[in-house]
Amino acid sequence: MTVAAPSHLTARERARRAARGGASRSVPAPLLAPALIAVGFLVLPLIGLLIRAPWGSIGAALSGADATQALILSLWTATATTAISLVIGVPLAWVLARTSFPGQRLLRALVTLPLVLPPVVGGVALLLAFGRTGFIGQYLNSWFGLTIPFTPLAVVMAETFVAMPFLIITVEGALRSADQGFEEAAATLGARRMTVFRRVTVPMVAPSLGAGAVLCWARALGEFGATITFAGSFPGQTETMPIAVYYALETDPDAAIALSLVLLVVSVIVLVSLRDHWLRGGSL
Amino acid sequence: MRRFTVIAVALAAVAAAGCSSSGSGSSSSSSSPSGGTITVFAAASLTGTFTQLGKQFEAAHPGDTVRFSFGPSSGLAEQITSGAPADVFASAAPANMDQVVSAGDASNPQNFALNTMEVATPPNNPGKVTSVNDLAKKSVKVALCQPQVPCGVVAAEVFKNVGITVKPVTLQPDVKSVLTQVETGNVDAGMVYVTDVMAAGSKVTGVTIPASDNASTEYPIATIKSSKQKSEAQAFMNYVLSPAGQQVLTAAGFEKP
Repeated sequence: MTVAAPSHLTARERARRAARGGASRSVPAPLLAPALIAVGFLVLPLIGLLIRAPWGSIGAALSGADATQALILSLWTATATTAISLVIGVPLAWVLARTSFPGQRLLRALVTLPLVLPPVVGGVALLLAFGRTGFIGQYLNSWFGLTIPFTPLAVVMAETFVAMPFLIITVEGALRSADQGFEEAAATLGARRMTVFRRVTVPMVAPSLGAGAVLCWARALGEFGATITFAGSFPGQTETMPIAVYYALETDPDAAIALSLVLLVVSVIVLVSLRDHWLRGGSL
Repeated sequence: MRRFTVIAVALAAVAAAGCSSSGSGSSSSSSSPSGGTITVFAAASLTGTFTQLGKQFEAAHPGDTVRFSFGPSSGLAEQITSGAPADVFASAAPANMDQVVSAGDASNPQNFALNTMEVATPPNNPGKVTSVNDLAKKSVKVALCQPQVPCGVVAAEVFKNVGITVKPVTLQPDVKSVLTQVETGNVDAGMVYVTDVMAAGSKVTGVTIPASDNASTEYPIATIKSSKQKSEAQAFMNYVLSPAGQQVLTAAGFEKP
């Protein structure tokens, strides 16, 4: 679009207008060729996965003990990660969106840093903090006999470190753009601040809360670098789906492809559930 | 908010791109007409010795450059049979070399070294490990290699010889990462090669395994058929097998095959 859309329109309306206007327009050749290359680059690997898939023995490949354990472990750790992120991440999003204090920008940068940090660096950082000789971990070990690495707890911590910021920025954005008039009205009618939060704020941002939670869950499910670095890898304990895929490629490629297909299907489901937010260009 | 999201996503993409390019970026210098660049895929346990051998080889063959990709023999074998651009493969076990040979990617491998196992503990030995039998204790946190990696296979042989069952807390991708878990003190013990304990110096303490219980693995080396630098690849393989090469390996604790 060369003509700037009127700025008073919402992002969703702008996207709809663009879609309507663009549908009948022909695409200039200099744009079409690279666009097709981009499509091919993104889609061909997925086709490769589907072509090589051992469709006949996919059930057998997935019912192997390690594959089942990895699937169960991944599902519950990603769910626990999402639950923890909702409990502690949403309040943080509220604090970032609705209050102002010195150093707030720095705080926001710090807690969203894991979004751009290579996950393996996150894993090293977790190890240095919570590992058995880490600056916190050594006291957990000597005082409580608690060692976190190599436990499912370590998996959840690694996943939370990487995935929670996705929920935080999604919810914070929704809180900022939500109309605070309703909250003020509730407050003037005598509602306590927590009641306002529970009965007005949360329902108002519920769609973004859902989208953020799904995004967080999907990111946790796919986590590899921080997990293998901090939690190690042992079947049934810390070997999640992505790690199982990585090792299965060396020993049983069919199982690796079957496991990959499962993750692909889950990703498609996630994308479909987020379609209102992403595919139609709506704001988060 | 949208702008922030866009920036975050863009930054994430840049970070991801940076990761991948640094991973594969080592193939930048291609062969020049005078000398050749060869890529050697070698078992992680050869990291120290082969790096040194590479430097010596380059000094002896001006114009030639040797690049290494160290990793688990099982993973390297899988990469080679999938078409990775290797010129030489040095495996920590015959089984992984056999996989490459039977796929038609190499022939006539020759054994150039032999390695045995040792228990590595952190210097302060928090698990009070004094013999390999202590690894069966529940209170001792043990790191092993993945079962398909040579160091995992040989460790299993040792446990069978001793007659113990060891339940590790983690199965690492290769022997150097087992060593790292020991060095960082996150585990009480790890099963590594004698050469790894020696290479780690004061960062770990070795607990010797009696010869009657110990197990060994032979290291075969071969040139890869699809190599475009056949003569340089053969020259490097010959250098590893030469007295000069064997001297480096022996000094690092390897035995003769």
